Amino acid sequence: MDLSAINPVLLIASLMVAATPLLLAAIGELVVERAGVLNLGVEGMMIVGAISGFAISVETGSPMVGLVAAMIGGALLSLLFAFLTQFALANQVASGLALTLFGLGLSALMGQSYVGIKPPTMAKLDIPVISDIPVIGPILFSHDPVLYIGVALCAVVWAVLKYSRVGLVLRAVGENHDAAHALGYNVVRVRVLAILFGGACAGLGGAYISLIRVPQWTEGMTAGIGWIALALVVFASWKPWRVLLGAYLFGGINVLQLNLQAAGIAIPVEYLAMSPYLITILVLVIMSADKSRAPASLGRIFHASG
Amino acid sequence: MKLTKLLTSAALAAGLATGAMADTTKVGFVYVGPVGDGGWTYEHDQGRKAVVEAFGDKVETTYVENVPEGADAERVITQMALQGTDLIFTTSFGYMDPTINVAKKFPNVKFEHATGYKQADNVSVYSARFYEGRAVQGHIAGHMTKSNVIGYIASFPIPEVIRGINSAYIHAKKVNPDVQFKIIWAYTWFDPAKEADAAKALIEQGADVILQHTDSTAPQAAAQAAGNVITFGQASDMGEYAPFPRVSSIIDNWAPYYVARTKAVMDGTWESVSTWDGIGAGMVGIGEISDAVPADVKASAEALRDSLADGSYHAFTGPLNKQDGTPWLAEGETAQDYGDDGLAGLGFYVEGIEGDVPQ
Repeated sequence: MDLSAINPVLLIASLMVAATPLLLAAIGELVVERAGVLNLGVEGMMIVGAISGFAISVETGSPMVGLVAAMIGGALLSLLFAFLTQFALANQVASGLALTLFGLGLSALMGQSYVGIKPPTMAKLDIPVISDIPVIGPILFSHDPVLYIGVALCAVVWAVLKYSRVGLVLRAVGENHDAAHALGYNVVRVRVLAILFGGACAGLGGAYISLIRVPQWTEGMTAGIGWIALALVVFASWKPWRVLLGAYLFGGINVLQLNLQAAGIAIPVEYLAMSPYLITILVLVIMSADKSRAPASLGRIFHASG
Repeated sequence: MKLTKLLTSAALAAGLATGAMADTTKVGFVYVGPVGDGGWTYEHDQGRKAVVEAFGDKVETTYVENVPEGADAERVITQMALQGTDLIFTTSFGYMDPTINVAKKFPNVKFEHATGYKQADNVSVYSARFYEGRAVQGHIAGHMTKSNVIGYIASFPIPEVIRGINSAYIHAKKVNPDVQFKIIWAYTWFDPAKEADAAKALIEQGADVILQHTDSTAPQAAAQAAGNVITFGQASDMGEYAPFPRVSSIIDNWAPYYVARTKAVMDGTWESVSTWDGIGAGMVGIGEISDAVPADVKASAEALRDSLADGSYHAFTGPLNKQDGTPWLAEGETAQDYGDDGLAGLGFYVEGIEGDVPQ
């Protein structure tokens, strides 16, 4: 065992990278679920975002344009879900699952000619002097911009949900859509907008994997992160800061366990491999021992006549 | 109304189409990853395409990708058998028990399971001696490493993967006694993000050679980003990362086997066999060794490859000890395929590798 082989600064820096796709997808889904909609299509929207972002940034040569395209791609796919569940009043669970399957297939089709291509690289933040500060520099000031967007988004979502009128309306729709409707709010419009936001976030998270974290296009490359994001929202009791904590815990322990394995620590590998799931769930379950609960209208179909 | 009509005629057409193809041989493939993974599943699908090319209209191939190992696999294989498939290739180690279970229920359907060891009257097993390719990789890796730390991304603790680690280590150590292996068990065949993270962790801990037994090209991309790390293509050539970081590769070539077995079913001569071919028979290919490797190392690696191919050298030749120091192979003795401590069920590291094989 040689723990000195692990450089804690590099470790923390790479755990932040590992956590970001999960954080982005989960924060988007959190907003969707707070509006009372359960969209199981996160995985599908992520993978479509991954290929949309990849394809566009390869074609234009600009990762930033690619990231915007990924958000549009994810949002477009979620629009399909919005149409099915909000206008055709289809079952949300089935529609969400279908969205994931459709997204996986569609992305494979879109990505046919992009296998093996290298995307343009995203410039990392490089502030003179500050980025060079030992320890703090590499951890806090030398990442790609999307990582900061992820954290900022978390703060914004928290603030909007808690303090703004928009957030109040969104929560009202999620808690009791009939009451919100009776008060004169347009339930369907709020939900469609929330679904679009969730799609854009998932798309951005997917593109983060294909453009920055890996970076390349491979079919099925999100490999289940969308499902973990879904679980994370539940275990985080629909609270933004807990989503942030959960994502960093999960991403962090994942990276940490790989490093521990490489360093040859004497813990059986099986335990290390399951530790990210176990510890994340444990911590979040313990934290949610308070009164937090799911939005009351979560997953229920709304129709103005009812 | 119009839609119903359309659907009916489509269903009719589909029915006619299947009727017309009654005398074709149906061959099914079950894949663990997507056909576009650029590695393991990609090469199996190249084999499937070779079957289509060889027999044209006489065969009808189907495949299902991304099938999880375990209960889901059993469902998929059963479904294939129910659809009248004559020959089914199940192409991952974890499909072993599902394949055997389904084969019991469909005695008239022929099954071929890759990399496993359970045979039955209607189940053949086939695998490639990837460890021969690992020997060549280890040889190059031992020469090329400057930090003397070689990172290894392992998938699951099964004999095939453990053989590869041992073979690579033995041949790296032979040319570089100071070499050290750092092994990460990813517990996945295909998860680009996780593979990339594993590669980064190894690189951050000083590895300047990355060997992978996972299927995606993500570790190649991570090595490229690091700049001074070399890699080897796994299962497929991964030539898009040549000449650097990818300096060579192991290429699985299933096409001749798949064509031969399909032919056997057509001719009615199919019987259950156990096939385990290596470089010599062409089932394992060594991808071009790029110019990033010095000429003398390239020459000795090619000589090693050729001696493995013609059988004059065995990748596991004694004296070799097990990790705990007990003797495994005596001077000049080569490892048996089967039996106690045989290669087929290999479950231990050789002496010198640190860490434990997960149980």
